[in-house]
Amino acid sequence: MADTRDEPLVLGIETSCDETGVGIVRGTTLLADAVASSVDEHARFGGVVPEVASRAHLEAMVPTIERALKEAGVSAKDLDGIAVTAGPGLAGALLVGVSAAKAYAYALGKPLYGVNHLASHICVDQLEHGPLPEPTMALLVSGGHSSLLLSTDITADVRPMGATIDDAAGEAFDKIARVLDLGFPGGPVIDRYAREGDPEAIAFPRGLTGPRDAAYDFSFSGLKTAVARWIEAKRAAGEEVPVRDVAASFQEAVVDVLTRKAVRACRDAGVDHLMIGGGVAANSRLRVLAQERCEAAGIRLRVPRPKLCTDNGAMVAALGAEMVTRGRAASDWDLSADSSLPVTDPHVPGEAHAHAHSHTHDHVHEVSKENLYS
Amino acid sequence: MLLLALDTATPAVTVALHDGTAVIASSSQVDARRHGELLLPAVDRVLAEAGLGLDALTGIVAGNGPGPYTGLRVGLMTADTFGLALGIPVHGVCTLDGLAYAADLAGPFVVATDARRKEVYWARYADSRTRVTDPAVDRPADIADEVRDLPAVGAGALLYPDTFPKAHEPEHVSAAALACLAAERLAAGEELPAPRPLYLRRPDAQVPKNYKVVTPK
Ligand SMILES: [Zn+2]
Repeated sequence: MADTRDEPLVLGIETSCDETGVGIVRGTTLLADAVASSVDEHARFGGVVPEVASRAHLEAMVPTIERALKEAGVSAKDLDGIAVTAGPGLAGALLVGVSAAKAYAYALGKPLYGVNHLASHICVDQLEHGPLPEPTMALLVSGGHSSLLLSTDITADVRPMGATIDDAAGEAFDKIARVLDLGFPGGPVIDRYAREGDPEAIAFPRGLTGPRDAAYDFSFSGLKTAVARWIEAKRAAGEEVPVRDVAASFQEAVVDVLTRKAVRACRDAGVDHLMIGGGVAANSRLRVLAQERCEAAGIRLRVPRPKLCTDNGAMVAALGAEMVTRGRAASDWDLSADSSLPVTDPHVPGEAHAHAHSHTHDHVHEVSKENLYS
Repeated sequence: MLLLALDTATPAVTVALHDGTAVIASSSQVDARRHGELLLPAVDRVLAEAGLGLDALTGIVAGNGPGPYTGLRVGLMTADTFGLALGIPVHGVCTLDGLAYAADLAGPFVVATDARRKEVYWARYADSRTRVTDPAVDRPADIADEVRDLPAVGAGALLYPDTFPKAHEPEHVSAAALACLAAERLAAGEELPAPRPLYLRRPDAQVPKNYKVVTPK
């Protein structure tokens, strides 16, 4: 094993949704992964309430940074850089993390790297399975995202292959769990019930899998409605809802489409590695089916452990460390949170180094929308 | 003593350095939508103007609201993190108290800032250094009987002349006033609390329709 002391020591901060994450890595080695979640505060609303998340981030940030430093056994002054999720995500929540990262980097005299949340989800696998192969195909699935991405260089080139055209996969899990009265979040509980059910009991629809449909895009809205209708019909007929079979059949419909499209994208692009990240990557059936189908197609599958799949600071630190290693430009002190940061921007370089951006986004609109919570 | 004061609880992004005797550098910009972008460059500018580094600071003073939450948190998170990185205390001062101090009035008056949603954040003062009510959030019409006869300062007062007919400047808080007030209190041996945000309203319990969607379509 190579001497890792020369590799960059980077602290990463993540606040794009409801987890306050602070991670510390040295190169591709994980040293600390501290997470404070406000998920319990959102449970009774059946979804993440942005203002609740933002308040929790402010409270949790300093203790979580302290915890990460202690866990890693390093001193803040030895850090080589501070990385932070600049977007995409909830505007107000992102802004708390960006404010903290900027102040921390400035006060410590360290470079700041505003990075992309989605690219971070991919890069985190370096902490588990070593340097990412180039190119890598990535399937990101969570309550917030369902995307197929192709990366040839995680610091500079991430291309969207496909994405959901309506709901994220994790959202569908939450919705069905709600219809079945199983609580929030829905992913883990559906997975648990599904283990005791028959995945072929009910033939739920596979969205966007027709011959003329977009090959790599996803749609879970129709499935969601079909499952909800099926359950309601049972209830209306006074029959008992077979919760385990519904969970298993619904879950099968989701993971069937996800894995089928991911493997097809790998084949079409001639990529022999697939990584799966995001909270839904913790789903046991997704892992099994992806493994089976990848093996059959001669594709190497990489899935990080569940704690690294959900939102965390280590993934942000991992991408930050890669930015340092590859000599990417640091961000400026006026870095802003960008709730709709395009996936094609792995990081937000400072003005002096920024290349022309073709996209335009409406910060004013987004901020004023968020301000409805003020 | 060298204090860095900042406040982002009103449309102003305001920063000041105070050496225990006087304000030695300050910056104020009014832009309610860009607190996050403007604050750190302002800190950098103010330090450069004074020819000092952050390591010279003995404390941070942060306006802890009340104010629109998104902006308010930018200042509080920045102050907290400075405190952590530098190992120095972070003092909280009510933003309305900073406005009251800048008003420089000897008799009773009211401070009111814009709370949006047709409401104001407000408090009553016996004089510029003495607040007599807890900060509150109300519709101007509901407090008109209580405040109509009093002089009033702040953007909230200027916005609703029917309720605050005697409204005048200052409109926004300045970190310079906040710093002077904090320096005065610290010199007098007073303990200033840690800066906890004054939200005054519960979070909207409504879950957005497409909650947890963080990826642009
Ligand atoms: Zn995520």
